[in-house]
Amino acid sequence: MPSKVERWKDETYGMEIREHLLRFAEEGWDAIPEDEHDAWFERFKWWGLYHQRKGQESYFMMRIGTPMGRMTPEQLRTVGEVARDYATGPVENPEFGDAYADFTTRQSIQLHWIKVEDIPDIWDELESVGLSTIQACGDSWRNIVGSPVAGRDADELVDVWPIVQELHEKFKGNDLYANLPRKWKVAMTGDRRGSGQGDINDLAFEPAIKELDGEEVEGFNVNVGGGLSRKEPRFARDIDVFCRPENAADVAAGMSSLFRDYGDRDDRFNARIKFLIDEWGPEKMRSVLQEEYMDYELPTAGQGLRDEYDYNAGRTDAHGDYIGVHDQSDGQNFVGLSVLVGRMSADDVIELADRAEAYGSEMIGLTQRQNLIVGDIADEDLDDFLDEDLLEEHSPDPHPFMRGSIACTGTEYCSLSIVETKNRMVRYGRWLRDNVDLPEGVNDFHIHLSGCTASCAQPQIADISLRGMKTRKDGDAVEAFDVGLGGGLGENPTFADWVKMRVPADEVPGYIANLLEAFEAERESPEQSFRDFVAERDEDELANLAESAETSYEDPYLGNTKLTWYPYAEDTSMDASPAPTDPNDQPLPSDD
Amino acid sequence: MTTDVHQLDDGAWVSVNDSREVNVSDLWRLAAHDFCACALADFLAEGFVEVSADGANVEGRIAGRCIQCGAEGVTDWLTLGRVDPDTGEFRPVVPESVHLPGRRRRPAAPR
Repeated sequence: MPSKVERWKDETYGMEIREHLLRFAEEGWDAIPEDEHDAWFERFKWWGLYHQRKGQESYFMMRIGTPMGRMTPEQLRTVGEVARDYATGPVENPEFGDAYADFTTRQSIQLHWIKVEDIPDIWDELESVGLSTIQACGDSWRNIVGSPVAGRDADELVDVWPIVQELHEKFKGNDLYANLPRKWKVAMTGDRRGSGQGDINDLAFEPAIKELDGEEVEGFNVNVGGGLSRKEPRFARDIDVFCRPENAADVAAGMSSLFRDYGDRDDRFNARIKFLIDEWGPEKMRSVLQEEYMDYELPTAGQGLRDEYDYNAGRTDAHGDYIGVHDQSDGQNFVGLSVLVGRMSADDVIELADRAEAYGSEMIGLTQRQNLIVGDIADEDLDDFLDEDLLEEHSPDPHPFMRGSIACTGTEYCSLSIVETKNRMVRYGRWLRDNVDLPEGVNDFHIHLSGCTASCAQPQIADISLRGMKTRKDGDAVEAFDVGLGGGLGENPTFADWVKMRVPADEVPGYIANLLEAFEAERESPEQSFRDFVAERDEDELANLAESAETSYEDPYLGNTKLTWYPYAEDTSMDASPAPTDPNDQPLPSDD
Repeated sequence: MTTDVHQLDDGAWVSVNDSREVNVSDLWRLAAHDFCACALADFLAEGFVEVSADGANVEGRIAGRCIQCGAEGVTDWLTLGRVDPDTGEFRPVVPESVHLPGRRRRPAAPR
């Protein structure tokens, strides 16, 4: 029997939700019938609106999908202005202030505290510069990820930007693909870095070369069924298909149609295509795609470039990100800037857009490591750009602990999360920077902190993986983390080994300090990567490498932040929540 | 009286009559259970897998972990709360109190 969500989707879904949202915006929050909240909140996701968690009723997270994280400075400025004018709530965040934008691991932008009444004005502003919230959440084609510097990167096989634009146009707002059994995440990589992180996407186009009709063709191998959520991580599997760039839209249409028709609509927990390929195997996946959805003979897979991949690969011979100054193919430079945990104040967003434009940049990029790239900086301007005040905070040469840290939204806003995340990761990063010496030769160290098993911070593919948990400390329930080690992508993608369970959150920095000390003492040589060091050891050895410990680190969020209406409010109790509120954050009169 | 119950947002919470009532991340004390070897399991709710209404009773099976012994899995049916037949108001159980899962056998229910 189709799930309840499927029944709601059958009634109303896709493009038509926009008209309902506009009506609710005009009539106000109270116009959404209380007994239809669940159905409407599920549908609103399709237009990028996700209702915030308990205690924050009437507030929404708004997600803006930017294909491959690529924007113009004008678009970035608009995001900053929308964040400044609309993404403010009743209480400030102590680390980030009252208005900010979050850059996500799928190269989108998230704004919080959005009121339904403001949506038409926000859409007007976003859409006037070519941005949209369409299909940013919900059961459809999500934001397409890939290298934001495609076409500018001096280190690439295929410029995928025109193809990604084509896919974006074809699959956004298209009724044929509007209602899929579950989310559909696509990655397209044309570079030699592996920066699309296709391995963890439902559908991945990986750069490859194939001899066809006596001619060497540059295109893609097609992998299917990657994903990290729900303790069921999978790497996308090779279905033995090569795809010419001009056929990418056809193959993508075939695969997403196959998912639409064969995906499980009875059980949402079993709906992602990773479970279908578990059941079918890659051979059947290929044959069904070929026989039922393609009108040309699919070539077998070509020669991939995986052995060159260095993005988030844990290698010692290359940085696994876009931070720093890099050559563009046109002789200019792109500069990757660190945005700790992906959150930037609205004022900084606007200032950065202004600075980028002043230097003639036509391209801003959001990366899957939650950082930001400014493209098109001429050689003669580079020193001046690097001297800009804003780059002291958002550095092109950050400390490795700040550079490598990723965190999801957490209990600040998210219903799923078990623990507080972003503010905590900021505090971890600062403490580690100030108190822990990295072993010689370690220039990158990736810590991914995720609040729950949904894995939005991609915890399984980091040097140190932190996944939200609880434990008891002196009898009291406290926020904690399961700790994994040694994950990463690259030539041989590996998920982290979970070696320490339920470490109290205030003992995690001490654990990391002890772990790095053990790594320095026991590694073969300064050339051995942390990832290789972990790979050489079995589970028991890894568990015994280091112990957790209390240190001078203080954790203000150790209690149950999920029980608060907002973790940083003066009175955090659920009863103190002003929600639901009117557009001015004032409590609405209660029905009681 | 019919009670409308379902889990949403990847099992993050349970909705009762279109009102979100029970959330993940609470610790539940389980006694007389077969979830793990602990006499009194200290169970962290990470996701609602199945939910069902039996008259006014709202019940669910929850994925999660005992934070004492580390055992992972899905619980047997647990009573999550009860809908007051007079007012229609949902009264949740207190997770930290002791619960006895699976005391009554019940058929699988649609999600």
